[in-house]
Amino acid sequence: MAGKIATRGAYGKALVELAEKYPELVVLDADLSKATMTKDFAAAYPSRFFDCGIAECNMVGIAAGMSTTGLKPFVNTFAIFASGRAYEQVRNSVCYPHLNVKVVGSHGGISVGEDGATHQCTEDLALMRQIPGMVVVNPCDGNEMTQAVEALLNYDGPAYLRLGRPAVETFTDELEGYRFELGKGVTVAEGTDVTVAATGMMVNMARKARELLAGEGISVRILDIHTIKPLDEALILKAARETGAIVTSEEASVVGGLGGAVAELVSAKCPVPVVRHGVEDTFGRSGTANAVLEYYGLTPEKLAEKCREAVALKK
Amino acid sequence: MEKLYGKDLAIKANQARLLAVEAVHRASSGHPGGSLSCLDALTTLYFNEMRVDPQNPQWAERDRFVLSKGHCAPALYAVLALRGFFPVEELQLLRSIKAHLSGHPDMKYVPGVDMSTGSLGQGLSTAVGMALAAKHTGKTYRTYAICGDGEIQEGQIWEALMAAAKWKLDNLCAFIDVNGLQIDGNTADVMPTEPLDKKLEAFNWHVIKIDGHNYDQILSALAEARNTKGMPTAILMKTVKGKGVSYMENNAGWHGKAPNADEFAIAKAELEAKIKELEEN
Repeated sequence: MAGKIATRGAYGKALVELAEKYPELVVLDADLSKATMTKDFAAAYPSRFFDCGIAECNMVGIAAGMSTTGLKPFVNTFAIFASGRAYEQVRNSVCYPHLNVKVVGSHGGISVGEDGATHQCTEDLALMRQIPGMVVVNPCDGNEMTQAVEALLNYDGPAYLRLGRPAVETFTDELEGYRFELGKGVTVAEGTDVTVAATGMMVNMARKARELLAGEGISVRILDIHTIKPLDEALILKAARETGAIVTSEEASVVGGLGGAVAELVSAKCPVPVVRHGVEDTFGRSGTANAVLEYYGLTPEKLAEKCREAVALKK
Repeated sequence: MEKLYGKDLAIKANQARLLAVEAVHRASSGHPGGSLSCLDALTTLYFNEMRVDPQNPQWAERDRFVLSKGHCAPALYAVLALRGFFPVEELQLLRSIKAHLSGHPDMKYVPGVDMSTGSLGQGLSTAVGMALAAKHTGKTYRTYAICGDGEIQEGQIWEALMAAAKWKLDNLCAFIDVNGLQIDGNTADVMPTEPLDKKLEAFNWHVIKIDGHNYDQILSALAEARNTKGMPTAILMKTVKGKGVSYMENNAGWHGKAPNADEFAIAKAELEAKIKELEEN
C-alpha cells in the first residue's frame, strides 16, 4: 500500500468496498459525512445511508433499534460527540443490551488541529473502555483500518472505532505476516530494554523514536495495541517480563486510556515501571495538526525521552 | 389468541394492575403510579392490537413494543406474563437478586421485552430505529411505544420526533401517557409541555387525543394510526396516575413508592372488587 492516507479515508473506502459482501451493513451519520468520510458510501448506497441530522443521541438510539432486527449499523460522528455527547445512549441503549452497533468516532485526539479544544477528543478511549462489554479499537494506519472494519463487521456486539483526521503513513502492510485480529496486539519491532505499547498514530512515531534510541544503545520493542479493549494481556505481560519497563503512547489523555489500561494490568500482574506518554491532563488548543502535536509533546523525540525515563526507572 | 374487547380488556387490565401493584409491594420498591396509568393502553396493545407469539418471542415478523417510560416495567412485565411470555408467578420476583426481572425492562433476560429502557428519553429513538429498519427491509411489522408526559421533557424525544417524520414512519405509533404528574409534582409546574397536540402536529406527526382509560377510544385510535399513511401517529391519552387504586389516583407521591402491607390490602380489595363487578355484568 505504502504512501499516506488518513484512517478516516481508509474507513470510508472500506465501507464502500465491503457493502456488497455485507448487505446488513447500514451507515448513519449526523451531518458530518463529508468529514467522517461516509459520503462515498452515501453516494454509492443511498438507501443504506441515514443522515440523522445534528442529533447524535437520537442517532445512537436509532442504530440500537435497527440492530435488533439483524441490521449492522455503523454510526458516525466526531469522537467527542460519539463518546461524549452520546455517552449515556451508548451505555444504556447499546452496551447494556449488548447490541450489534458500531460507534465510530472520527477526528479523535488533538490532531483535529485548527478546530481547537471543543472538537479535540482526548477522553474517548477512557470513556468507551469503561463500559462493560465494549470493544475499543484505534487503528494506526490505513491498512490496519481497512482490516479492522471487516473484523468489526464480523463481530456481533458493541464496539467503538476511532478514526483520525490527518493523513498518516501506511506501514503495517509491510510488516511480515501482518493480519488484524480483534484483541490481539502486533509486535512491530523486537527489543530488549524497554517496550513501547502504542496505539493509533503513535505506533509510527514509536518506530521513529526507536531509531533515535538505537544510536544510544537502547533496544526498543514496539507493540501496536490497536484494540484497547479487550487488551492483549498476554502480549503486554510478556513484554513487561522480557524488557522490564513499558512506555504507553497514545494521542489521548494519559488518564484512563491505553496508559490506564496497561498500568492497571502491569501493576497487578507483573509490576515494572510504566511511563505514560500522551496528552497530559489538559484540554487541547487550536493550531495546525503538526503544531498541536508538537505543543503537547506527541513527537518521536518526546517519546524517546519517555523511554529513557522508563529505562532509568528500572535501576 | 382471540382478540379481547371492551369488558374482557378491562378485566385483563385490572388483573394486570393487581399483579403490578403486588409485585411492587413485594419488592418494596418500584413505580406504581405511572404503571397504572398506562395499563389500559398496554393491555389493549398485547391483547388486541399487536401480532406477537409468546412461544417465539424473537419472531422476526412480530410487532415491536418499546416502553420508553421504562420505570413502568411492572405494568409491562404483568401484561407479558398474562399474555404467556413467562409464568405469572415470576412477577413476584420483581427487582429481586434471585431473578432477572430488573427494575427497568431488560431485553436480554425477560422474554417479550423488545428493548431495554429506563433512562428516560432514549426509548422512542430505538422505536424509530425499529420502524426505520422495517421500511428498509420491507417488513410489515408495526412498532409501538409509550412515552411519559414528563419524559418528553428530554430533548432526545424531540430529536426522535423529527427523525420519525423525516422518514415518514407510518408504521410507528407512540402513545404519550398524559397523567399530568411527575416526581416533583405537576408536569405543568415542573416543566410545562402543553400544548402538546400543536407541538406534535408542528413536528409533522398525526395526532389523536383520547381518554386513555376508554377501550373503544384506544382501539379506534389504533385503527386510525394503522390507516394513516405518510406520517407517524401520536396518541395523546389523558390518564389518571395511579388509576384503579383510590389512594394512588392523581397523587404524585405514588410515582415511585411501594405500598406497605395495609396499603396493598386496600389496593387488592379495590381491584378484586372491580374485576368481580366486571365479570358479573
